[in-house]
Amino acid sequence: MALSKEQIAQRIAKEVKNGYYVNLGIGIPTLVANFVRKDIEVDFQSENGVLGMGPFPFEGEEDPDLINAGKQTITTLPGASFFDSAMSFSMIRGQHVDLTILGAMEVSQNGDIANWKIPGKMVKGMGGAMDLVASAENIIVAMMHTNRVGDSKLLKKCSLPLTGVNCVKKIVSNLAVLEIVNNSFKLLERAPGVSIDEIKNATEGNLIIEGDIPEIQF
Amino acid sequence: MINKTVSDVQLACQGVKNGMTFMLGGFGLSGIPENAIAELVRLNVKDVTCISNNAGVDEFGLGLLLQKKQIRKMISSYVGENAEFERQMLSGELEVELIPQGTLAQRCSAAQSGIPAFYTPAGYGTEVAQGKESRVFNGKMHLLEYAFNADFAFIKAWKGDAAGNLIFKGSARNFNPNMCGAAKITVAEVEELVPVGSLDPNQIHIPGIFIQRIFQGNRYEKRIEQLTVRKRN
Repeated sequence: MALSKEQIAQRIAKEVKNGYYVNLGIGIPTLVANFVRKDIEVDFQSENGVLGMGPFPFEGEEDPDLINAGKQTITTLPGASFFDSAMSFSMIRGQHVDLTILGAMEVSQNGDIANWKIPGKMVKGMGGAMDLVASAENIIVAMMHTNRVGDSKLLKKCSLPLTGVNCVKKIVSNLAVLEIVNNSFKLLERAPGVSIDEIKNATEGNLIIEGDIPEIQF
Repeated sequence: MINKTVSDVQLACQGVKNGMTFMLGGFGLSGIPENAIAELVRLNVKDVTCISNNAGVDEFGLGLLLQKKQIRKMISSYVGENAEFERQMLSGELEVELIPQGTLAQRCSAAQSGIPAFYTPAGYGTEVAQGKESRVFNGKMHLLEYAFNADFAFIKAWKGDAAGNLIFKGSARNFNPNMCGAAKITVAEVEELVPVGSLDPNQIHIPGIFIQRIFQGNRYEKRIEQLTVRKRN
């Protein structure tokens, strides 16, 4: 069975370590916060100027002066701080944020990512994604392995306008966990019940398969 | 103390002209200069360039200026919440320059600080890099980006005093502090204009030297763009 969006988030949450400052993108990455182990200390950064983001507010307690980068109302946790946009990107560009998790429309085997524009169709802008991918040491991408008509989104070369080059380290898709190494996607884990052949068929870029590939554990 | 107070938004916006470049603070609809925007709509200034992270929504924020076709060019990082914006952009009525959010913030900050240009890795290898000078630092490619050059900065703070000292609230801070002093004239609107001496100097986010005009806004709607809540158990 391919993973659900929640399961992708749950698997990515295992990559979040004690003491990490983490920036979560919009979509599946936002769900990761729900699955992080409760016994570790992690601070979530939102690039509009919040460190120490908490859960959504209770009904009636929402504050228009307190939102995340997806413009959703949020809360803060004890120890949180607010800051301006330039300082926020000092945290990001200056590599003070340990882990960046974001979505993608396409990733290529050399670690390029495209996630901000479909020419002629969707032109919303890159927001902070280009700053994040250009600077982050550790970038994990949450994505669907194929598009709606079954074409691979893990490619030799991206076809959409790029967000950044040579930057993605790891991918958690609905089918597999993969690492970018030697200009290839190295298969690390597969979704429970998903065969190697299914992953091969869904991956256009070079795929490295070494030894037994374990199933994803949650 | 140099008094920066103006009595109302009309005086605060005096001198705005067609074809000028404006900076406007805010992220989404949070921390936007609501009163200045309303006045710009009333004045009906045309052909303006707006530097703002977002372009508002159809019925609020910069969307109000878009509806009246007052904006010739938008410089933003994300414009996804506005159908009229998309229509004007696709029809070619509106020129749009999309730039990375951190670059936008730093171009404001550079203008504020008298730094003419800087290098950033953001956008290298993408269409943002087209026509830009690039250079290697520490084995990594960077793009040369320039400070903005704007006529007015319209910013919104929570509290301020007649000296122009400002304190922001929550994530409504965002781009506002970076735009203070980044244009020829900075107009600050505040929810509460407090007597000089009542703000603790230790707590001031932006010193009054960056501000030319300050006024208390008549009212703030503070619209929420994405209301997300959890249920009480």
